[in-house]
Amino acid sequence: MKFIHKYGAPKRFYQLAGTFIPWFAGITAVLFVSGLYLGLYWAPPDYQQGDAYRIMFVHVPNAWMSMMAYVIMASFAATGYIWNIRLADILARVSAPLGASFTLTALVTGSLWGKPMWGTYWVWDARLTSELILFFLYVGYMALQASIDDARRAAHASAILAIVGVVNIPIIHYSVYWWHTLHQPASLTLTNQPKIYATMLIPLIVMSLAFMFFYLTMLCVRARSEILLRERHTDWVRKLVEGKP
Amino acid sequence: MTADVLTAMRSVFGRELLVFWRRSTEVMTALVFFVIVTTLFPLAIGPERHELMLVAPGVLWVAALLATTLSLNHLFASDYQDGSLEQLLMSPHPLSLLVLAKMAAHWVLTGLPLALLSPLLAVQMALPAKAIGTLVVSLLLGTPTLTLIGAVPAALTLGVRGGGVLVSLLVLPLYTPVLIFGAEAVAASAGQGFASVAHLSLLGAFLALALSFAPWASSAALRVSLD
Amino acid sequence: MTWAQFLSMGGFAFYVWSAYGFTAVVVVLNIVQPLTHKRKVWQGLRRGLDDGEEERHEEAE
Repeated sequence: MKFIHKYGAPKRFYQLAGTFIPWFAGITAVLFVSGLYLGLYWAPPDYQQGDAYRIMFVHVPNAWMSMMAYVIMASFAATGYIWNIRLADILARVSAPLGASFTLTALVTGSLWGKPMWGTYWVWDARLTSELILFFLYVGYMALQASIDDARRAAHASAILAIVGVVNIPIIHYSVYWWHTLHQPASLTLTNQPKIYATMLIPLIVMSLAFMFFYLTMLCVRARSEILLRERHTDWVRKLVEGKP
Repeated sequence: MTADVLTAMRSVFGRELLVFWRRSTEVMTALVFFVIVTTLFPLAIGPERHELMLVAPGVLWVAALLATTLSLNHLFASDYQDGSLEQLLMSPHPLSLLVLAKMAAHWVLTGLPLALLSPLLAVQMALPAKAIGTLVVSLLLGTPTLTLIGAVPAALTLGVRGGGVLVSLLVLPLYTPVLIFGAEAVAASAGQGFASVAHLSLLGAFLALALSFAPWASSAALRVSLD
Repeated sequence: MTWAQFLSMGGFAFYVWSAYGFTAVVVVLNIVQPLTHKRKVWQGLRRGLDDGEEERHEEAE
């Protein structure tokens, strides 16, 4: 059992991910193309927001994925910390930059959406504010990973940080929402205001699936490189390199 | 058995107080920082009393937050350097409880004086008299939570490159709920003179949550750092 | 709907297209960066497996 934990899992994941990546990439491409078609062309303009609401189809999936990626990252980190599984450590580590980029995209597209809706690029809207704090959490996680050289200690230390973060995220989220309603009771939030119609929901779901598969694809690509790097002294990596000159 | 643990906790607590007392300049630094930062705001904003009153709850709470963050480095760093932290880890008693005693001592020397000093600064910031009581209570409830949460990043960054700045990067996002409700409690009682009870009870809830979670998390963090 | 109408996005062209453009840039960077990293890792592996720790620092990012 211990032997499998130590050597088996990364190798098997490497091979498995290798066969899955082309499929994931293909699904991602199809979903992106159809999502863009549905969102930019097929869906009619909103009667209140005009065409500006189309920003939703990139903003909302990124906001969802930014939170999902954090939870996934924390789950992998916890798994790696509790059962000492190195594959989970690797997956947690490579999940962070992806999650951070989703957060950044959600922030930028949110403020680009805010300008036509509120008249300014930045409003301390509840969703944008909690995305900003989430971005700081990602930055902290990556900074801690980067400043510890020993791979095992880096993984375990950042795992504890991620677990503390995941406990805190709901509290931060609800505090920010509460704070927001207290200070700006009249302002409209981006997505709650317009009633969501099926013509909006379908592109939204397709784009969300596209970003989900994109995340999955890039997670596999990044994890494979990280596995090779960490396992470079093992026999199977040596054989792999000799086999592919 | 339980009596044993309590004795151990008490001795850790006493030792911490003694050590901190000997290095009293470090304790003072956080307090002086709190005073100076608060003084900077009237200089930056202007001496208009009404404007100061509007920002006072936020300024006082942010300054308290930063002062606590600054003091987090003393929590474990010197014990880490002289090796007494390793002895703490080898003790037969549960580490989380010993860490809790350490955190209690840290709070007595940073959070408590900070809360006691705050009425003075509140007067400086033109905070109405009726809100000063709320300010002190909110700081008394909030600063222990800050110490408890902050202990985790402080333990994680022991002996790490750029540890001091890293601690503030890691800890400040986690502090946002305490900041929101702390400042809001003071602002509410400055406005109408009531309605701050809900915020204060939420601060109490955060404290209870942190008490149940933080000692465990920071002792796990210490084990990782000293592995 | 004409092509020009589509591009104008009901007057919100700037906001809509910069939001989609930014997203596209981030997505492309997220594809390019791991692939160059992967190439570097392979180069390092071929150069020899015994260079030890220093190599790792170069390659990580």
